[in-house]
Amino acid sequence: MGRNAAAVLASIVGLVMVLTAFARPLEFLGTAVVDWFNVLAAIAFVLGGANLLKMNLLKISARDAGWGYSAVTVSVFLITIGVGLLKVGAHPDPLHPDVALSGDKEAVGGAFWWLYEYAMSPITSTLFALLAFYVASAAFRAFRAKNTAAILLLGTAFVVLLGRVYVGVLLTSWIPADNAWVSWLRLENLSGIIMGVFNNAGTRAMMIGIAIGIAATSLKILVGLDRSYLGSSD
Amino acid sequence: MSQLNAPLHDPAVERRANRMMVVILAIACGLLALRALIGSSIGSGADAVTEHGFGMVYVQESPKGFVSEVAKDRAADGTEVEVRTWKPAAPGQTPEISWTEWNEVTAGEWAAAQRARADAPASAPLVTVSWPRTAGVWFAALMTLAVLSFLWRDNPVYKLAESVVVGVSAGYWMIVATWDTLVPKLAGALVPAWTKAHLMPSLESAGVDWWGLVPLGLGMLLLCRLSARVSWLGIFPLAFVVGTFAGLRFVQNIESDLLAQVATMFEPLVVVKHQALAGADAAATPPIDWAGSIGASLSAVLILVGVLSVLAYFFFSLEHTGAVGGAARVGIWYLMITFGASFGFTVMGRIALLAARLEFLFDDWLWLIDPSGKH
Repeated sequence: MGRNAAAVLASIVGLVMVLTAFARPLEFLGTAVVDWFNVLAAIAFVLGGANLLKMNLLKISARDAGWGYSAVTVSVFLITIGVGLLKVGAHPDPLHPDVALSGDKEAVGGAFWWLYEYAMSPITSTLFALLAFYVASAAFRAFRAKNTAAILLLGTAFVVLLGRVYVGVLLTSWIPADNAWVSWLRLENLSGIIMGVFNNAGTRAMMIGIAIGIAATSLKILVGLDRSYLGSSD
Repeated sequence: MSQLNAPLHDPAVERRANRMMVVILAIACGLLALRALIGSSIGSGADAVTEHGFGMVYVQESPKGFVSEVAKDRAADGTEVEVRTWKPAAPGQTPEISWTEWNEVTAGEWAAAQRARADAPASAPLVTVSWPRTAGVWFAALMTLAVLSFLWRDNPVYKLAESVVVGVSAGYWMIVATWDTLVPKLAGALVPAWTKAHLMPSLESAGVDWWGLVPLGLGMLLLCRLSARVSWLGIFPLAFVVGTFAGLRFVQNIESDLLAQVATMFEPLVVVKHQALAGADAAATPPIDWAGSIGASLSAVLILVGVLSVLAYFFFSLEHTGAVGGAARVGIWYLMITFGASFGFTVMGRIALLAARLEFLFDDWLWLIDPSGKH
């Protein structure tokens, strides 16, 4: 019963969204549903935060292995929430200086800005930078030029990488740049051709395929054929 | 596999690795102390001073003061109301509300300000070391090194950095969602007067919007997922989100991805380019640029062939034999080139990020390089 009602709800709001794209007078309905969607998405962040708190507090109370790290996570999470909600260190909006919480939460110099600038941003970008080593190491171990497809993949990656660094440009700098018949052989131009022609064609075809796939999946949800998002009925 | 893992579980190897790390850390600390001892020359000419430290951030004070004005205005129902507006206080005027903002300056500006304050203490603005921001640079540098320590192996310092980023990220996105969405769209709809008075004075509202109860109710149902007993109620907001997203994406994907991508395919396959004639007679026909024309035409044909062949590879309703099989094979080649280009691009992006982190360590923290002239 509950699953059927939920599937009907999904169909109704989905069809409203489709309808508003074709019937301009109903645009206000689409705007309202998108607003509700955004509010729900924001509440989902609150749910995520509450779940993080719950799981880590359970780990701390059970003194599980690594509970100290959970304590760090909980402390930092609560500090971030506290300074963010109270806008600690952020000055009010100059147009409304009498309203203490009217300022920008991410104003330079505020505690929330500090946490983003000196904790979140450097750690996340270093984590992503770390992948440079692992991608290179994995590629070195896994890539083998065994057939045409593998040779194309390896060769393209090599040309694109070399075409965007000084040493790559230097390697083919002896090819005259002003002769249009041969200048395309310079690595920086070859890299541009790969990106503009072959990569463009492949990406375009993939986007067409993905769009058809998403449209088909959306249609299955809208007519209630696909209910996998509701989980099993057990 | 067992041979590969064996040395890691050997206590003797473990002890040796730990000892090596302690030695490396000791050398690093020694180098940092040496770096502080040597110091840096900040500023130029007469302002130059030697600073025995690094990773410091300097700020300049910028006092702000505001005074209010009360004006009479007519409300929507015709009654006369008083409206208070705020403006910056003029020089010499006593502000009703004031605070000091601190703007970041370069080390050179700090050195020049020290000299100016020594000459005329009353007139020069205060430029000083910002200890919170300096602590921030040091914290960011240590966290960067902590994350990079994972290259050695998983260790407590890396786990600490990981715990910090999990807590900060979760809190950050929760706060962004609260201030950017929940306050204006939920609190602003249900309690507009209170929201305007205490949280968001710039909120534009025409009164209480009772439709705001719908997302509030669905949101409460979503939070039910935290309790095992009533978590089933969470399927309703989930259905709402999935349904809305499906409806939105159905139209948007067909419009912007499918139709727009197909539309770009309708381009001329034979392109004729002419050479530019500098200072030539406008009536004269410039000669054909054969290399440019052949290149552009070849590109257009290769793109069309590529898109059709990759789509043939994606089309599974026909067996991939004969002409379809040939087209699908060409499609695979195009896909491999696309994946290779994406791989190359991803690696380049990661290396650029790594370069940015190293620049932060050597520029902002250690003051060993100065590409932007900050110190």
